[in-house]
Amino acid sequence: MFNKKRGYIDLSNAKKNQAALDSEGNFSCPSCSAWISEAQKIQNNDFCPRCSYHFAVSAWERIHAICDENSFEEWDANVSSVNPLEFPGYEEKLAKAQEETGLIEGIVTGRGSIGGFDVVIGAMDSRFMMGSMGSVVGEKICHAMEKAIQYSLPCIIFCCSGGARMQEGMFSLIQMAKTSAAVGRLHEAGLLYISILTHPTTGGVTASFASLADIIIAETGALIGFTGPRVIQQTTGQILPPGFQRSEYLIKHGMVDLVQPRVEVRSLLIRLLNVHQGGNHG
Amino acid sequence: MAKNKFEFEAPYLLLESKLDELRKLSVQLNTDFSAEIANIEKRLDQMREERYQHLTPWEQVLLARDVDRPTTKDYIKLLCSDFIELHGDRLYGDDPAIIGGIGIIDGRAVTVVGHQKGRDTKENINNNFGMPRPEGYRKAHRLLLEAEKFGRPVLTFINTPGADPGMGAEERGQAWAISEMLLCLSSLRVPVVSVVTGEGGSGGALALSVADRIIMLSNTVFSVASPETCASILLRDSKRADEMAASLKINAKSLYDMGIVDEVIEEPPRQYLLESTAFVQTLENSIKRHLDELCSLDVSELVELRYRRFRKIGKFNE
Ligand SMILES: [Zn+2]
Repeated sequence: MFNKKRGYIDLSNAKKNQAALDSEGNFSCPSCSAWISEAQKIQNNDFCPRCSYHFAVSAWERIHAICDENSFEEWDANVSSVNPLEFPGYEEKLAKAQEETGLIEGIVTGRGSIGGFDVVIGAMDSRFMMGSMGSVVGEKICHAMEKAIQYSLPCIIFCCSGGARMQEGMFSLIQMAKTSAAVGRLHEAGLLYISILTHPTTGGVTASFASLADIIIAETGALIGFTGPRVIQQTTGQILPPGFQRSEYLIKHGMVDLVQPRVEVRSLLIRLLNVHQGGNHG
Repeated sequence: MAKNKFEFEAPYLLLESKLDELRKLSVQLNTDFSAEIANIEKRLDQMREERYQHLTPWEQVLLARDVDRPTTKDYIKLLCSDFIELHGDRLYGDDPAIIGGIGIIDGRAVTVVGHQKGRDTKENINNNFGMPRPEGYRKAHRLLLEAEKFGRPVLTFINTPGADPGMGAEERGQAWAISEMLLCLSSLRVPVVSVVTGEGGSGGALALSVADRIIMLSNTVFSVASPETCASILLRDSKRADEMAASLKINAKSLYDMGIVDEVIEEPPRQYLLESTAFVQTLENSIKRHLDELCSLDVSELVELRYRRFRKIGKFNE
């Protein structure tokens, strides 16, 4: 079930807390409540100096932080959502998300280089309707993977999502099958696929392309799972242990390859790409 | 507000009780009312069938969830001349919410996997109400690979509220178990036919539905999330699930029109599902026809067509 509400809790808290700025523009960390200034946050690579909570970053911030300067070329920039079910209020929600994020949809895909290695790269944006996957996100991922095959390039996807885009009904659920099938083609072509699971990655994205990579990297402290913690608590009455469904829990249970703080992801990707190209590069 | 009972059946139930009275009276008075009884029976059936033509999406949700619906085991009994259930995922356990095995349909060896709901509370608790846990998907996965090895077509039956929302399922990597199923089915080198026989609930249902052909019975549904979940998230009111059922277009006919499913088979009123020979025959013929068509394809063509079948689903502007 794409019961995913809980996955957003930290995000909405983050928004709330960041909105409740004090007079000097400081805000409190959504995880440990420490007061931080915007300057401190930027200086500290978008994570909390006290508890190392990773603040949400946008798709473009992610791509700029990972790709070599001026190397990124965007694909499918104008692919945009329609309202296939004529679902009440969907257009308004899309328009609001576009206005708030400056994005057309919840993922940016394209080609770039990382430490000199050419890659196909995609980054989801949790601010765009909770990073939910509808037809456009599914299509852009499939298209990016098919282009990776065409150009024989590794594929790297930064995931963050609350799950399926409910307003698109079954069209959105089928994107899980569609993107998984595209991953299958990448595997058949013998190409490297790395997914980076960032906070939060839940629902249908976790249960499709995100968890099918050759190498799965979880960003420190990220919430990763299928059913969100609040829904689990509500439906089963179980009290969840601290750290449940966090990156550190997942690596302990054998679900991801590596847990890395955000600042170290780029250098790790460069090492992984280098080894996969036979180590000739570095 | 969403009602949870088959309210639309109230007039027929009334008529049925009248019919019972008449039968009793006929015995008491030792009088032959058979002509009158037959007349009322006929009218009752007509009324019911007519009403079934105008079900609302929410009424179809209720019908899809009807506990008296035939389960995967019933369909297997009906369609397979011999069936041997196989157990376990060889990793952790044997999930009763998904059953699987091998059997013969129309002289052809097949692998069958399907969600298994219970018919009463005790069975439902044992079967987790048909909500698979990771070991269920992994059992299905292993059986699919076996089917591929022996070149057996696969038949799946879909009827689940969705994936299990528990801690244990998360701990054992439910998302991974589901995605592995999607990946496996999307490139499996044998034909796959799915029949939605009740509730197609989200990822837990999709995990068994990446098929060359998806058949839906006319009063079943397939949904990205339950109407209640969507209502509680999007409208902040789970009681407006009936509205959501309509907005989400989750009934068989809508999904056929959207090109998501390939065939809709008309169901008789819920009381007669297994008794109706016409319905059973239609279902059987349809499965055989699809398997015949798919088995005649070259394997690489089959896999390519399945890829394209799903690849083209989605609506957007370029
Ligand atoms: Zn903190």
